[in-house]
Amino acid sequence: MTLLDGVLFLPLVAFLFILLFPKDGVNGIRWFSLIASVIVFLASLGLIAPYWFANPGKLTFETDLPWINSPNIHYHVAIDGISLWLVLLTTLLTPLCVLVSWNSVQKRVKEFFAFLLLLEFGLIGVFCSFDFFLFYVFWEIALVPMYFLIGIWGHDRRIYATVKFFLYTFAGSMLMLVGIIYLYNQAGTFDYATILRGLQNGSIAPTYQEQFLLFLGFFIAFAIKVPLFPLHTWLPDAHVEAPTAGSVMLASVMLKMGTYGLLRFCVPMFPAAARNCSGWIVALAIIGILYGALVALVQPNMKKLVAYSSVSHLGFVVLGIFSFTQQGFDGAVYQMLNHGVSTGALFIVVGFLYERRHSLEINAYGGVATAMPGLATVFMITMLASIGLPLLNNFVGEFLVLQGTALINFRWAIFASLGAIFAACYMLWLYQRVCFGKASDEVSKLKDLGAREYAISIPLIVLMVWMGTFTQTFIPSITTSTAVILGPVDAKRDVHVRKEPSLQLTGKETADAR
Amino acid sequence: MPVNFTPSATDYLRFLPEIIMILAGTLIMVMEPLIGSNKRTAFSSVTLLAFVAALVAAVSANNSPGTSFSNMLIVDGFATFFRVLVIGVGILSVLSASAYLRREHADSAEYYALLLFSVSGQCVMATANELIMIFIGLEISSIATYILAGYLRDDKRNNESALKYFLLGSFATAFLLYGIAWIYGTTGSTNLGEIRNFLLTGGAGHNTVLAGTAAALMFVGFAFKVSAAPFQIWAPDVYQGAPAPVTLFMSAGPKAAAFAVFMRVFTTAFGPITNHWEAFVWSSALLTMIVGNFAALTQTNIKRMLAYSSIAHAGYVMVAIAAHNQIGIAAAMFYLAAYALMNIGAFAVITHFSRQGEKYVNIEDLAGLGWKQPVTAALFSIFLLSFIGVPLTGGFFGKFYIFKSALDANLIWLAILGLLNSAVAAYYYLRIIVVMYFEEPGESTATLEPLTPGIRTTVWVSAVGILLLGIFPSILLNFATSSSALVK
Repeated sequence: MTLLDGVLFLPLVAFLFILLFPKDGVNGIRWFSLIASVIVFLASLGLIAPYWFANPGKLTFETDLPWINSPNIHYHVAIDGISLWLVLLTTLLTPLCVLVSWNSVQKRVKEFFAFLLLLEFGLIGVFCSFDFFLFYVFWEIALVPMYFLIGIWGHDRRIYATVKFFLYTFAGSMLMLVGIIYLYNQAGTFDYATILRGLQNGSIAPTYQEQFLLFLGFFIAFAIKVPLFPLHTWLPDAHVEAPTAGSVMLASVMLKMGTYGLLRFCVPMFPAAARNCSGWIVALAIIGILYGALVALVQPNMKKLVAYSSVSHLGFVVLGIFSFTQQGFDGAVYQMLNHGVSTGALFIVVGFLYERRHSLEINAYGGVATAMPGLATVFMITMLASIGLPLLNNFVGEFLVLQGTALINFRWAIFASLGAIFAACYMLWLYQRVCFGKASDEVSKLKDLGAREYAISIPLIVLMVWMGTFTQTFIPSITTSTAVILGPVDAKRDVHVRKEPSLQLTGKETADAR
Repeated sequence: MPVNFTPSATDYLRFLPEIIMILAGTLIMVMEPLIGSNKRTAFSSVTLLAFVAALVAAVSANNSPGTSFSNMLIVDGFATFFRVLVIGVGILSVLSASAYLRREHADSAEYYALLLFSVSGQCVMATANELIMIFIGLEISSIATYILAGYLRDDKRNNESALKYFLLGSFATAFLLYGIAWIYGTTGSTNLGEIRNFLLTGGAGHNTVLAGTAAALMFVGFAFKVSAAPFQIWAPDVYQGAPAPVTLFMSAGPKAAAFAVFMRVFTTAFGPITNHWEAFVWSSALLTMIVGNFAALTQTNIKRMLAYSSIAHAGYVMVAIAAHNQIGIAAAMFYLAAYALMNIGAFAVITHFSRQGEKYVNIEDLAGLGWKQPVTAALFSIFLLSFIGVPLTGGFFGKFYIFKSALDANLIWLAILGLLNSAVAAYYYLRIIVVMYFEEPGESTATLEPLTPGIRTTVWVSAVGILLLGIFPSILLNFATSSSALVK
């Protein structure tokens, strides 16, 4: 029993406890969920220790126990430098989501917080499972509470949105399940490390065509979750209809399940197929970046705007992964975290506005800065972070991704960076329309942020600045872990991708500079 | 072969569960006129007692496995598994039926007697080692079920259901019988082991074609009983028309027993001629899944929807049979047990919810159940999630294991299409959850009373069973795997 097991199972225990609460003890339920999720967060901070003080490149907090004998399924959890931060992101955002929903959720309070904690359990599980069966179990478990969160506490078109969300993801996971079973039949185990080793040393040797199909099965499941253009259509619906906490968890953490899966499973297991597909995948990622940004530009609805900006930002992550460079990988992971923090914060700000004005339409606002200077400040920092202003978090991630991409193909980087420019356009324009101008009567009556709301915003803002300036807190552990993934992938590179000497040189120089 | 017509004590011991049930059924019929109308609960108590005794007898019979009555019956792990399963289904059916029968003013002894007869027939099917016994078991089970389907004889839908079931069922049984005759003519035996040996050794040339035709004919009979496409037409009408607790029983017990004989006959007797039947089993499996799932999408009546869902699930089990390997058999066994539990749970909730005269059987009627009776709705959701195949439920693990067996047998496209089918299926199961949780309570939920003790027990047992099978599948899977070697 390691600390990780504790962090993983505490939310489940808390979930079961909440079920025992009386229905009308609303305040007790809120406080209990808050305290439970804060305890989980504090406990999860302990997971950083090995990465700061010992800096291992291998798995830590590993538990490997047999769960089901035949088929050979293990409860195998562990973390590395990638999982670590995603687990922390989850445990950080859950208490914030509890706070966000403190007053905004008034009906069925018990069930809401119960589902939120169950969601946390599923999400942490996804990021630390190293057994395919276990991974699949958590992958699906996370789906169920989100389905209810959107369906019960969402806005008008919630049922359509949530069913669409469930079916999209579920259909994708079915393809992944076929892949998982196929791998099991070849390898005789679900253990990820064993399968990966087998694939690398050739003891499991699917033909190239099989490899390609397996890659595709996993890829589609993950791409739906990311979501990669053109599989993104569930996302704007789900985001817009979800309650604030649901949007936050969905955007900040659930989407990362997809990119995490791509990085952790898809690329290292099937490097040849991944490399051969990288052309069209990168093309889709870039289309996603530009398309998401352009569509965001014309949205009249704030939540929809932020949702499309997610499509755009996640395109960067996919681009980074499929550049197959160290910088690209690091940037992708960093961008996952950045997006989690800054888009989460954007949804929270939009939630604050909605709670007061009960409208998500941009033209219902204007002059917010005069009425609510506190909120406007939080909004501005978040918005600037999301654009990628230097010294704030997104800049680092986008820079690394673009750098990694430029090493491989400079034209890709140019197109992708157009997305960053568009991001500035839609975000600044959004901010201008919401915050500046003359405040209407309704808007000028709105109250500024209260203590609870500052308590939600400040940690996120601190993180944005921290992640933008003290990158060394995070990057070393990420780099060691992504290098482990990239190493064997890169070794096979000569076979499939032509090296370009001039670009190689640039790569070396930048590496030195770093 | 010298035939010994004096059965030994072991023979009887191995047949004890059936004896107990038949005796209890007869006893109940005799009791009926002697018992005052105020002591009606005695019937259900006797039935439960008989089922429990039969269960004990079935389990203890497994300690001395072997054949009995001149090789007519066989007690092995496979038979024990299905005996325990169908008797368990019987117990849960009694628990959920008694309140229903009181509600409909039809609490008479015949119901319980028929239930006992039907289950005993299914036990015979599970243990049958030759075709005539299979036929007899099938008929005992079916005839009792035909009557049960029309149990409320003043109800039009009940009559329709029973008549349809009876006519079509008899027609299908004729095919089965014709197949049996054909195989007897070809191989000179009705014993499964001997048929197998004949096909393995002597059955060259035209003989396998004849045997293949026999297999096809028998397939028609079995496919009807398990409601596999294209012989599934009866299922929706019959399931919808029959009283809810009977539908509960029909879709779990007889179906499991029919699958048991299906597997036993096709893997033992027709094992050597796999090439003749593999193609039509897997195409039927695919068709069954598609027909079931797509037809269920548009249903508004929940019984009818679950009837189509039961067709679809039969398709999944057929995938396991099409894989014709040992894992497939184990997977099918596991899945049938899990499916029986979830189906019983779901129909138990419907039995309770429908109220007198089955007034509320539309999906829309369930609106707001999640807030009116949170526990019932939560348990119902567990059944639905298990139908969908969400992890940590028995339904998921069963499905997982079935498609694993299919991939083992290299049926890759069947596995992919089957799994995509279950994504389609997710839609209509989710619709019930949508109605229960995302819509405001209507008149039908507002007037709902708490669960009766019998139904509450059934629902809880099913839900706990499903979660146990989902989280610790080994408890059942190990037994299923060790007893899935049908060919000895």
